[in-house]
Amino acid sequence: MLDFVGLGLFDEKDISLKGLEKIHNADKVYVEFYTSILMGTDLEKMEELYQKKITVLSREDVEQHAEEWIADAKDMNVVFLTGGDTMVSTTHVDLRLRALDMGIETFLVHGASIASAICGLSGLQNYRFGKAATVPHPYVTSRGSRVISETPYDTIKMNMENGLHTAVFLDIDKDKGYMTVNEALEILLEVEEKRGEGVMADRISVGIARAGSPSPVVKADYAQALKSFDFGEPLHILIIPASLHFVEAEALVKLAGAPDEILEDMD
Amino acid sequence: MGRRKKMVERVTALMSNPEMIRNIAIIAHIDHGKTTLSDNLLAGAGMISKELAGRQLFMDSDEEEQERGITIDSANVSMVHEYEDEEYLINLIDTPGHVDFGGDVTRAMRAVDGAVVVIDAVEGTMPQTETVLRQALKEHVRPVLFINKVDRLINELQVDAQEMQIRLGKLIDHVNKLIKGMNEERYNEGWRVDAAEGTVAFGSALYNWAISVPMMQKTGVSFDEVFNYCRAEDMKSLGEKCPLHEAVNDMVIRFLPSPIDAQEDRVGVIWHGDLETGIGKQMADADAKGDLAFMVTDISMDPHAGEVSTGRLFSGSLSRGMEVFVSGASKKNRIQQVGVFMGPERLEVDEIPAGNIAAVTGLRDAIVGSTVTSLEGMSPFESIKHASEPVVTVAVEAKHMKDLPKLVEVLRQVAKEDPTLKITLDEETGEHLMAGMGELHLEVIAHRIERDKGVEITTTPPLVVYRETITGVAGPVEGKSPNRHNRFYVVVEPLEPEVRELIREGEISMRMPELERREKLMAAGVGKDEAKKIADIFESNVYYDMTKGIQHLNETMELVLEGFVEVMKAGPLSKEPCMGVKVKLMDAKLHEDAVHRGPAQVIPASRQAIQAAMLMADDTLFEPYQKVFIQTPQEQMGGATKEIQGRRGVIIDMTSEGDTTIIESKAPVSELFGFAGDIRSATEGRAMWSTEFAGFEPLPTNMITEVVTGIRERKGLKKDLPQAQDFMSM
Ligand SMILES: Nc1nc2c(ncn2[C@@H]2O[C@H](COP(=O)(O)OP(=O)(O)OP(=O)(O)O)[C@@H](O)[C@H]2O)c(=O)[nH]1
Ligand SMILES: [Mg+2]
Repeated sequence: MLDFVGLGLFDEKDISLKGLEKIHNADKVYVEFYTSILMGTDLEKMEELYQKKITVLSREDVEQHAEEWIADAKDMNVVFLTGGDTMVSTTHVDLRLRALDMGIETFLVHGASIASAICGLSGLQNYRFGKAATVPHPYVTSRGSRVISETPYDTIKMNMENGLHTAVFLDIDKDKGYMTVNEALEILLEVEEKRGEGVMADRISVGIARAGSPSPVVKADYAQALKSFDFGEPLHILIIPASLHFVEAEALVKLAGAPDEILEDMD
Repeated sequence: MGRRKKMVERVTALMSNPEMIRNIAIIAHIDHGKTTLSDNLLAGAGMISKELAGRQLFMDSDEEEQERGITIDSANVSMVHEYEDEEYLINLIDTPGHVDFGGDVTRAMRAVDGAVVVIDAVEGTMPQTETVLRQALKEHVRPVLFINKVDRLINELQVDAQEMQIRLGKLIDHVNKLIKGMNEERYNEGWRVDAAEGTVAFGSALYNWAISVPMMQKTGVSFDEVFNYCRAEDMKSLGEKCPLHEAVNDMVIRFLPSPIDAQEDRVGVIWHGDLETGIGKQMADADAKGDLAFMVTDISMDPHAGEVSTGRLFSGSLSRGMEVFVSGASKKNRIQQVGVFMGPERLEVDEIPAGNIAAVTGLRDAIVGSTVTSLEGMSPFESIKHASEPVVTVAVEAKHMKDLPKLVEVLRQVAKEDPTLKITLDEETGEHLMAGMGELHLEVIAHRIERDKGVEITTTPPLVVYRETITGVAGPVEGKSPNRHNRFYVVVEPLEPEVRELIREGEISMRMPELERREKLMAAGVGKDEAKKIADIFESNVYYDMTKGIQHLNETMELVLEGFVEVMKAGPLSKEPCMGVKVKLMDAKLHEDAVHRGPAQVIPASRQAIQAAMLMADDTLFEPYQKVFIQTPQEQMGGATKEIQGRRGVIIDMTSEGDTTIIESKAPVSELFGFAGDIRSATEGRAMWSTEFAGFEPLPTNMITEVVTGIRERKGLKKDLPQAQDFMSM
């Protein structure tokens, strides 16, 4: 049996009781921190609370050598832990499919997800979100050219045209670090400058830091201004809302300190 | 003191007047007398003392150059010369003749507009004479001829006046045949050298005299008189009547173009931007008020000033404190000192206008070949194509572990100074490999790392650098990213010889406008749909993107090409560099979200598709060859030919002149290590020889497995020959 357990948003205590039970019954427990990471805890604290030894898997272990550790689940209880909810990252679905191919039964224990947390924290309506995007760290090739992905910009634009908000996830890279809201805005504005399609100009944006922690930060402002707001420690996430419903506008002013003038734009 | 000050004034005044400047290089086969000539020109112009010049080879100032008696680094100097009552500034680059340092010649050709081709009257035109002449013509650098060591004709070969005339005439004819063969158009436009016209001078650099037809008219000294002075061994009087520097510098000023005349024509050859734009026009006019366009052709370390970048200023003016763009660097660089050459020294000035050879400090990001400009987004100069490729390599290690970080830094620096040197880190063994043009090249660099950079190192004996290439076609082969969400489908096949030739000749590059490149490819027989889909050229390998309208592929292409370049640098068979490989991307499937198709995903997918495909397309090894020219007395001929034949070599041609036999042969580089010592003993030290890069040829089939396993073992790779499946993830 292979159980996928979502750990929730922030620390070791966000796990569900059902998830904890799975761990207690497990023969082997694995965790991966590369698609999402719990900032409020570490392996030691988790092992102490869960009373189990946990093995950390690298990206290579998960993507390339999965068969090696999944195989145990044929006749043992193997638990695979991830931050947030499980199966949000495509890689997890992939794992599950591989397990099925190997004749292994799987089970999902869900955890709180950032996808719904950001609605709660910002007051933006869940059903109004379109396709999500991720801003990767710019990449400098060995020949010195700097590659910036314009896909997030395209996604925001497409959503906007359909009146949908965009949740913008920020790159977690083991070498280049956690991308901040500030860096992401910088990159999006750079694309705006190049493309000039008005997607990011004077755009109200919402930055969220440390969702699920005792001290989350939520701040809304025009992209240009928000770029220099200090959000503090990671993880960060960004929302680029499309046109706002008046309740949403009110929420952004009251919950996220957006400038009052956004209320005036409402009819 | 007063003298120096005056000279400074003269140089700075002339430097601002491009009509009065000549930028030239001295080029020749090894030992034909370039440095002796350059020295005596400088002395004649009063830039260095007469005692320093000539025998002591002032310009070969490096201790290693003195010891070996050859030039290793190009030297930049300048002198002031008066011609028809007007003063001119001659910027001169003395280049090395040894093939291993041929890169210096190639780079110098970018900086100059004219060249004095020196030929030893006794040896005549030699392989390297041909190579350097070809390089000059390719860069549209105009040649004049100086036939040197004429004293040897008279004193050693004992020819009479008539015979001397005939021999000189033959030499001139031969040079013209070469020029005509290399560029007939130029030849017809007046680039042939002609004694009567004055584009040929002959004399003796060592004994400081020279004569040309205009010089005979000027001095009234006849050909017979010249002969008689030599015969009487009174070259001193001859030198007073017909000074070397006067004959040669007069010829340079009269026949070689000023920057103003030259740039108009040369810019179109070395730069592929739009000639009708501002910067295009400014360069053609050598406009000192235009945007800055400077090409770095040499980088060296100065004990006081640090890193000095020398190069040619095509437009604009250089001044201290200027903020400039360096091609390939993201941040601007700030220019610190700017200088020109005065005699052998670097003279700091406030401002240098277009048309000069300038030396500046502060260009932290520049490497040899960089374009430096004040114009953001200026399309860079055409890269400098070196005639030969690295064929020999050694592994370098720091003697003391603690020096390792310093060694890494030093290797980066030497690679920056010498673009013909390739430094790679072997990931498997952690070894630093240094590949170069030949044994001597690597020996000199290794010595300098110890002497100048103060890092004690050990090096392995030299090894040959092979090339991987394919002889068949394979594909489409799939490459999957580690997360399995991105897939690339490639076909590989041998690159057409016509296209390889275009690349080798620098006729096509990724820098030129797409349309121009497409036309050249189509003229070489490439179909239109392929010709316009070329995505990258890396060395002699080409990547085509044959796909249509795949979403997100555009922003992923750089990563795909990164994978391509990685394989071309280290092929799947033995991690040797690749040549002549054509890769076509036929299809691709990409993940929606940019973060799932980043470098860690796309590069390996692209790489593995090519690696697997190459192994399915009969990947094999080619080995480098060298031509070996040997001059030996008849008696020793047998010993010499045996040396070649014993090394898997072939004799191409054998001619004899008097008692001397000239052998032209070819042998694999791998067999030529230690040749110097062996040929010496085989011929009792009486043979003279030189080598030249002769390209790559297939490794004999019966040697492939042994060589490949040898290389793989050395590189710490799995010993078994790799299979396509090894690169295909399931
Ligand atoms: N007899 C005679 N010997 C000369 C003459 N010019 C140069 N040499 C000698 O030829 C040898 C090579 O001269 P260099 O000036 O070092 O030749 P080079 O072309 O600079 O050599 P590389 O830079 O190593 O290619 C030296 O021994 C010189 O003294 C000449 O006019 N007559
Ligand atoms: Mg020399």
